[in-house]
Amino acid sequence: MSFKLFDLGVVDYQQAREFQKSVFQDVACGRLPAAVILCQHPAVITVGRSGKKENILADPEALKRRGIDIYDVERGGDVTYHGPGQQLVYPIINLAQGKKDIRYYLRSLEEVGLALLGAFGVTGLRKEGASGVWVGNQKIASLGIAIKQWITYHGLAINIKNNDLSNFSFIRPCGMDITMTSLEGVLQREVSMLQVKQTLTEDLLRRRLAL
Amino acid sequence: MIQVILPELGEGIQKATVSFWYFKAGDTVKDKESLVELTTDKAAFNLPSPSAGIISEVFFNEGDSVNIGEVLALIDESLQQ
Repeated sequence: MSFKLFDLGVVDYQQAREFQKSVFQDVACGRLPAAVILCQHPAVITVGRSGKKENILADPEALKRRGIDIYDVERGGDVTYHGPGQQLVYPIINLAQGKKDIRYYLRSLEEVGLALLGAFGVTGLRKEGASGVWVGNQKIASLGIAIKQWITYHGLAINIKNNDLSNFSFIRPCGMDITMTSLEGVLQREVSMLQVKQTLTEDLLRRRLAL
Repeated sequence: MIQVILPELGEGIQKATVSFWYFKAGDTVKDKESLVELTTDKAAFNLPSPSAGIISEVFFNEGDSVNIGEVLALIDESLQQ
């Protein structure tokens, strides 16, 4: 399947959300066959449809003073954190054109994360009963998707830079007591976001978005 | 009367949880309009209405677990406006 790739760079969460919805309309109307949006967000906490507010550990006022907003969003899953140095991958794909299988799609998204890690020489793994991509006992990538008319939006968040990981301590990620890591944290060296985006793009093109 | 059935969502998925009803009994819906949102795994899935009409009955509340194949609601298609 051919698809259009959008690289939004660092973009406000709500702006990216609106952009996803407009691309969603393009895919729903057939103006685009499919799309993938790559971006990063300034620090933000989002609560998915299965989310519990008690999984936000920090005082919302204190978060606001740090410029971290909290949004209720239409994706599945619990609470998560996004921030600079985390690569977001939002595929907008009509699953009705392939497999109408949510679990298969989620596993395919994990595959994108695993392939990225592999390209950097890191062996990621899946955990039974806990979605996302893990390195050892630490989580490196998280999932949360929404599906409307069998078209996907939201997606995959992969921690690349090691700078803002401490912000995860404001929440219980996915409602679990887990430690997050990043690609830089695992490799103990600097990784460029540009290289990450190039690797992801090549991988998605090679897959022809057969997610 | 048309049944709104929870369709197959994927291999190994036996049930989903109602997270949000966009309509209530008595409301008019259009064909293919999002009727109800359900969550499973890390996904929020919007189920479109199978027909235009008036929702005559809703069988599950928000927070309820629904098995694949179960009837979520009934739509009276003869009353479409």
